[in-house]
Amino acid sequence: MSVLLATIEQSGSTGEQIVFWVCAAIAVVGAVGMLISRRAVHSALFIAATMIALAVLYVSQGAPFLGMAQIVVYTGAVMMLFLFVLMLVGVDSTESLVETLKGQRIAGLALALGFAVLLFAAIGNVSYNFAVGIDGANAADGGNVQGIAHLIFDRYLLAFEVTSALLITAALGAMVLAHRERHTPRKSQREQSEDRVRSGEPQNLPGPGVYALHNAVGTPGLLPDGQPTDRSVPEPLRGVSAAVGVDHEDTRRVNALAAGGAIIPGKAEDES
Amino acid sequence: MSPFSGALAPAAGEISANVAHGTFTQMWLLIALPLAGAAILLLLGRRTNTWGHWVGVLMSAGSFAIAVSIFLAMRQESGGNRAFTQHLFQWISVGSFQVPFDLRIDQLSMVFVLLITGVGTLIHIYSVGYMSHDHERRRFFGYLNLFVAAMLLLVLADNYLLLYVGWEGVGLASYLLIGFWFYKETAAVAAKKAFVVNRVGDVGLSIAVMLMFVTFGSVTFEGVLGSAPKASQTSLTLIGLALLLAACGKSAQFPLQSWLLDAMEGPTPVSALIHAATMVTAGVYLIARSNAIFNAAPTAQTAVIVIGAITLIMGAIIGCAKDDIKKALAGSTMSQIGYMVLAAGLGPIGYVFAIFHLLTHGFFKATMFLGAGSVMHGMNDQVNMRRFGALRTVMVLTTITFFAGYLAILGIPPFAGFYSKDKIIESAFAHSTLVGLVTLVGAAITAFYMTRLVAMTFLGRARWPDDAHPHESPAMMMVPVSILAVLSAVSGFLLIHDNWIVNWLEPVVGFEEPVLGFNVNILQYGTLALVLVSAALGYVLYARRPVPEVAPVGSFLTQAARADLYGDEVNEAVFMRPGQYLTRLLVWFDNRVVDGAVNGTAALIGGLSGRARRTQNGFARSYALTMLGGAALVIAALVLVRL
Amino acid sequence: MNPANYLYLSAILFSLGAVGVLVRRNAIVMFMCVELMLNACNLAFVSFARINGNLDGQVIAFFVMVVAAAEVVVGLAIIMTIFRTRRSASVDEANLLKY
Repeated sequence: MSVLLATIEQSGSTGEQIVFWVCAAIAVVGAVGMLISRRAVHSALFIAATMIALAVLYVSQGAPFLGMAQIVVYTGAVMMLFLFVLMLVGVDSTESLVETLKGQRIAGLALALGFAVLLFAAIGNVSYNFAVGIDGANAADGGNVQGIAHLIFDRYLLAFEVTSALLITAALGAMVLAHRERHTPRKSQREQSEDRVRSGEPQNLPGPGVYALHNAVGTPGLLPDGQPTDRSVPEPLRGVSAAVGVDHEDTRRVNALAAGGAIIPGKAEDES
Repeated sequence: MSPFSGALAPAAGEISANVAHGTFTQMWLLIALPLAGAAILLLLGRRTNTWGHWVGVLMSAGSFAIAVSIFLAMRQESGGNRAFTQHLFQWISVGSFQVPFDLRIDQLSMVFVLLITGVGTLIHIYSVGYMSHDHERRRFFGYLNLFVAAMLLLVLADNYLLLYVGWEGVGLASYLLIGFWFYKETAAVAAKKAFVVNRVGDVGLSIAVMLMFVTFGSVTFEGVLGSAPKASQTSLTLIGLALLLAACGKSAQFPLQSWLLDAMEGPTPVSALIHAATMVTAGVYLIARSNAIFNAAPTAQTAVIVIGAITLIMGAIIGCAKDDIKKALAGSTMSQIGYMVLAAGLGPIGYVFAIFHLLTHGFFKATMFLGAGSVMHGMNDQVNMRRFGALRTVMVLTTITFFAGYLAILGIPPFAGFYSKDKIIESAFAHSTLVGLVTLVGAAITAFYMTRLVAMTFLGRARWPDDAHPHESPAMMMVPVSILAVLSAVSGFLLIHDNWIVNWLEPVVGFEEPVLGFNVNILQYGTLALVLVSAALGYVLYARRPVPEVAPVGSFLTQAARADLYGDEVNEAVFMRPGQYLTRLLVWFDNRVVDGAVNGTAALIGGLSGRARRTQNGFARSYALTMLGGAALVIAALVLVRL
Repeated sequence: MNPANYLYLSAILFSLGAVGVLVRRNAIVMFMCVELMLNACNLAFVSFARINGNLDGQVIAFFVMVVAAAEVVVGLAIIMTIFRTRRSASVDEANLLKY
């Protein structure tokens, strides 16, 4: 992809304009989509799109290293981390978009709009030197990566070293924050087994679809006495088994089988 | 009167002194003995209840004995050589402000010391009897000794600051003794009143001391009085007026007279010693001692005369209307001290006679006060003269002694008052006819009210309350009264004999022969005739006619005099109420304006903080909004600056 | 191609991110919005680098990325901790620390 984009960059101003307008559109749409999505997962996907668009824009502005870093670090690592946390928190949690803080939404929008206007005014009031370009700087050290490396390990060495400390601290901090102190000793295998016996249900729960005619998670398992039990069905499906396709006919036939009756194969095949 | 040998003497007194030697070195004991007595009685407390009063008497008597020995030693010295100082220690040493704790005894101090210790001792003895039923007699004697010590310090001080200590000391003792029966509200209030009014005078003295230090750079008698003629007229007048204010406070002179009548709430021996014989004359001592200042400040002298004249008449008028025997005597005391102050204001022609009258007055007024105490003692502490009458029949010795004092104050020859008061009238006429007439009128009124007093008390019909069983007081009381009565009778003649008092005091206070425009005999006989007529009038009105047991309404003047000539009302209207209004105004100002500003600011800031606190609402998004607002402001500022 | 266009885009994205921070209550989404704002800044830095013709802007953007990564790690850990105790990822519910 970088090769492709480099081609576009080299093709001159028109190509860059196309890249810009396309990527800008994607970035803004992604940002707005992130803003208005009720589900955090959707937001994450939208912002990932924005970030990729930005990566393209970096590359088109003569910063291929940053473009790659953007994709690898942001779109790859950081967004993955976001998704991990989302999964932990609950992937399907939706957020009510009704504002609880009085006036917060209006004020926020107005202020952000005003801020944007201010920034626009500031940007519009500056004259830019279009002649310079980044190419010369990139070429000075034989390439963009070399140039950045030169700067990082020369002029910004101290800052770079300090960021290493920052990263280590952040890693330690995350570990400390995520660490949960164990207040009781871990139960041994023997203790777990004894607990199971004391609970009155010493056996494992029946697996789904035992004696079932087909292997669906919505099919209840059978107890040793042949009675079906919905405890083998995942909790979300229990009360609404009809909706997710619990096959009552199947259940009936399983019961019949347990009672010693014969299975009519043709019929079973029809239904499966 | 016979011509005085001191006619050619210098007008002003001498102030130089020798260092004490021999007997004179004991002068510190004069103060130390009663002070030790007070310390023993007050610090040891109830342990001394049984024998404490004798300690008091002993200390006072010891002081008197030393006074006599010093007096005898002083007589051995020559006239201009009788002042002695004793340096005890350096009291204050701050830069150029050097105040030694020096005592000074000269002829003027000497007569005061003799009067204080002598009369004081007699009254101590009297009090042993008078206070015998009081559980707190020991405390009473402690205060009395404290008073004697403070009064002696006052007259023995060699500088004005030390004098001030004694001055405050007698004020304190006076306060304690007026309020001795502090469980009586009237006594407690009277004590407080005396204290407060005296403070006014004390401020005058402190101002005088400060002015002296500013003017002369010294507060010692030698430093101040020695260089007084060289100081400016204005400074001297100011110092003189400040001293006069001080004297007014301590000597109950107009306009600070109001406390003295109330002070009669104290035990009668206190009235006799402090509020008749000694403390109230401290003002006269102060003026006489500061003669060099007053001689050089005619304005201040005139003020002294005016104050003395006003008080003299006021006191006499008040004395005419009071039915309370002690208050009538207190009015008389005011009046007589008015005489002394007036005489002291006359300058060198009057100082000697002021002191002379002070001494005789000390004797005869103490006699009469103690006599009144004796009457009260026999009449269940009744003080209303309308319930006395005919006491001559049961209290013979009291009557005789009281009459000695009575004749003395009237100025009937050869009793003491005749010599002293006549000299003052003579000097007053020598100064101006107006002042002379005032003293003459005062003498006439004095004769009237004193006659009224003795007539209502000892003559006429008995108007005793039913439960009263008047009886003569015990010897413990009557012996001192008798001694004082004898002194009332003879002291005048003894002191003026051969011009002794004039020659004695002249080196200190100076003397000038009063020169009259007419024959002095005319004045003497005229005065005597006036006094006799006045006394006869009083006799007719109050001894021949029945005295109603309940006071009649009386004329306007009588009512005014009964109300102390509205002294309290004037004080209340002129000083107290405006002061209260001012205080209330200041309190209001303080509460509303000062506190209001402070509290208002605090409330404003508190309120604003309370509102501002609400912005800290715990919602991170609100904070973020604020942050964005701040960022927008920063950007806006940057843009605006750059545009 | 006017490089100012990149800056305008950066401003728009930054403002959108700000709106998201102010409006969204899900802490994770808020975090994404912060990341969007950082990215907008990065875009501006890269554009500045281009305008000025040196690589310093790109280096700064690089550092921003590093710091953002560290910040995400810690921030998400904090969100996890809060979620673990409060069973909620809403920032409005963590509002006890106030007046």
